[in-house]
Amino acid sequence: MENIAGKKPALLWAVHISTALLVLLWIMPTLGLLVSSFRTGDQIVSSGWWQALSTQEAQMPAIRIEGVEAPKDGLFVIEGNLFEGAGGLVSHWGTSSKEPEAYAPGDIADLGDGRSLTVQSDGNFALSSAATMADARNPRIFLTASTPPEFTTANFINVISSPMAGQSIGQAFLNTLTVSIPATIIPILIAAFAAYALAWMEFPGRPLLIAAVMALLVVPLQLALIPLLQLHNTLGIGKSYLGIWLAHTGFGLPMAIYLLRNYMAGLPREVIESARVDGATDFQIFLRIVLPLSFPALASFAIFQFLWTWNDLLVALVFLGTGNDQLVLTGNLVNLMGSRGGDWEILAASAFVSIAVPLVVFFAMQKYLVRGLLAGSVK
Amino acid sequence: MEQAVQAGLVIVLGVGGCIGYFYLSNMLLDHVLFPARGPNMGRNINRASMVRPWLFLFPAIFALGLYLAYPVVATAWMSLNKDGNFVGLQNYTQMFGEPKFWESMRNNLLWLVVVPALSTAFGLLAAQLTDRIRWGNLAKSLIFMPMAISFVGASVIWKLIYDTRPEDQSQIGLLNAIWLQFDGGIGSTIGLRVVPALLVALLIAALAYGAWVMARPLVKSGTKPGPVQFGSRLVGTGILLFLVWNVVGWLAGIFAADLPYGQAQTWLSMPYWNSYFLMIVLVWIQTGFAMVILSAALRGVPEETIEAAILDGANPFQIFFRIKVPQIMPTVVVVWTTVTITVLKVFDIVLAMTNGQWETQVLANYMYDKLFRSLDWGVGSASAMVIMAMVTPILVWNVYSARKEMR
Repeated sequence: MENIAGKKPALLWAVHISTALLVLLWIMPTLGLLVSSFRTGDQIVSSGWWQALSTQEAQMPAIRIEGVEAPKDGLFVIEGNLFEGAGGLVSHWGTSSKEPEAYAPGDIADLGDGRSLTVQSDGNFALSSAATMADARNPRIFLTASTPPEFTTANFINVISSPMAGQSIGQAFLNTLTVSIPATIIPILIAAFAAYALAWMEFPGRPLLIAAVMALLVVPLQLALIPLLQLHNTLGIGKSYLGIWLAHTGFGLPMAIYLLRNYMAGLPREVIESARVDGATDFQIFLRIVLPLSFPALASFAIFQFLWTWNDLLVALVFLGTGNDQLVLTGNLVNLMGSRGGDWEILAASAFVSIAVPLVVFFAMQKYLVRGLLAGSVK
Repeated sequence: MEQAVQAGLVIVLGVGGCIGYFYLSNMLLDHVLFPARGPNMGRNINRASMVRPWLFLFPAIFALGLYLAYPVVATAWMSLNKDGNFVGLQNYTQMFGEPKFWESMRNNLLWLVVVPALSTAFGLLAAQLTDRIRWGNLAKSLIFMPMAISFVGASVIWKLIYDTRPEDQSQIGLLNAIWLQFDGGIGSTIGLRVVPALLVALLIAALAYGAWVMARPLVKSGTKPGPVQFGSRLVGTGILLFLVWNVVGWLAGIFAADLPYGQAQTWLSMPYWNSYFLMIVLVWIQTGFAMVILSAALRGVPEETIEAAILDGANPFQIFFRIKVPQIMPTVVVVWTTVTITVLKVFDIVLAMTNGQWETQVLANYMYDKLFRSLDWGVGSASAMVIMAMVTPILVWNVYSARKEMR
């Protein structure tokens, strides 16, 4: 059996390489945004994120010289370092925006009025003047320099602690949490009872109900928007958390019943039969036997519903509203894309705040997620 | 803080209410209405067990009826009304007269074919590859990850890739940076014309072969497929032929197109192709789902069939396409339909990336526009009904297979 499929060394190498390429292709987009979220706005627009890890040469924003002058050899001198200790290598510099690359490191620029400026390649500068410069405006320096990679968490601190008006991520985070937790728990409870009835209780019309659930599984929720909004307005719920919880409960139920029924129907008949023989009522059987045994299915649906409610945009826009204090994370992100589409540092950090929780849930509970998917699809 | 308290209260009330309802209603049934003692004990037990299923089912049936079944009827009714008056099919005729609607239909059809096809194909490829290597589980996890990312988050992620900067600045979008590497030399000819042409030719061959396999029982004399099978094969052949026709167009385009080398492109406003750039986002998300399910199905393929094929001298490709794929066909259909349903509801990606500009409109976003921007509930409901009509075949199929399973 040396030659069977996938065991030939050459073929195995091909498999390794193609898998690596595929994985790379799949994580590249996310990686790009992740790297960008740790760079400053200037860095993001001046070079691609894939260059973030390498030293690169770029024109830096103008720096106004600051410092305290000191007398030296009969002149007044301001000395300092342009990189402020961060390290870097100057290749050209200049003193006007028209000629930002006028001088090489070590050159001396004559600024007039008896002032002269020199910049070394390591970023050290010396501005000297015959007269005191205490009242004068210091010149600006334009640098072309290679700087080592530099990352910052300032973007995250920015979007979380000092948001622009009406774009509070903190509020949106709280809103999303408020929407998704009850919207995950309530449908599970309702569905668990229904699924038990559909799996283990005999009554007329059962096949019809199961078929109905299967049918409702595919009804697009787009259809439900206007009638339900009208209904909520009539009932006085309007656009509120109660409304969106009910809506998510309704929309999540078919999937919940379907998944849980499939799982419960697969439990061993003997266990349930013997409990019946021992005189347990259906309510007791459900609570004491079926519910604990169904934990994996409950967990997998809970993850589904949580991811779905957390990531949802449409239901939140319609049933919760579009006001600043009603926005969920996804709605907030859409607004940001519209109003500040060019500020990648803000967008990237906000996007990562909004996808952090689902990602953690995903990686922590992946086992259950996969199990749930399989229960729903493979027969 | 107030909000957190409110949410906590709701969780307690909701959960408590649910448990209370189930517990109390069961108590009522067992101890008050039909107590399991006294002279009528036997009859009471029977009666109680006749009523109990409905106690268990009531909240679910109520919620399903109110939040899913009723809206279908209500939307259907609303699509026949305008400003409270019955107008018959006027909303539909108005909608059919709008070019934006036909643009959405065209795009939706394209989405419906391309996204499930690519997701399933990539999923199958990933499943087949990752099942054979030791770090396969890690690879699976990483390919599966986009599933956890919201459509809006994914839109931000991909918008960075499609980003375009002015001519004199360095490009920060990955796609443009790659594009600018091509300068029209021999490398570009190979990379952008020869290789894609080969790939597309391969795709055409595969699609044509698929169409032939689909259509063969229809044209061959002697075999008589049932009506359902006949219909689904006809639809399948139609889809595949449509794809072939579409892709042959690409092949011509690959050679005829005058590629603007050295110029950064604004990918999202490039007519026709921008839809594909949006579709890639959804394919990226859905592939992991397809992979997980197909990988389980592939592992379920009986070992003996593969061994027999090896003994008969089949090569790995033959084993994959002639032995494994036919056996997992039912799962492929399930994956395909699931992705199809997702595609029909796709809204967030289009809203966040182009908002339907530059001819990228799709039905769900068109509907949202009509309902909440133009406030035209009649036409909005009519377009919702079109979406409903498009999922109806899947709905019928679902009910059909549920019935089959019950027997």
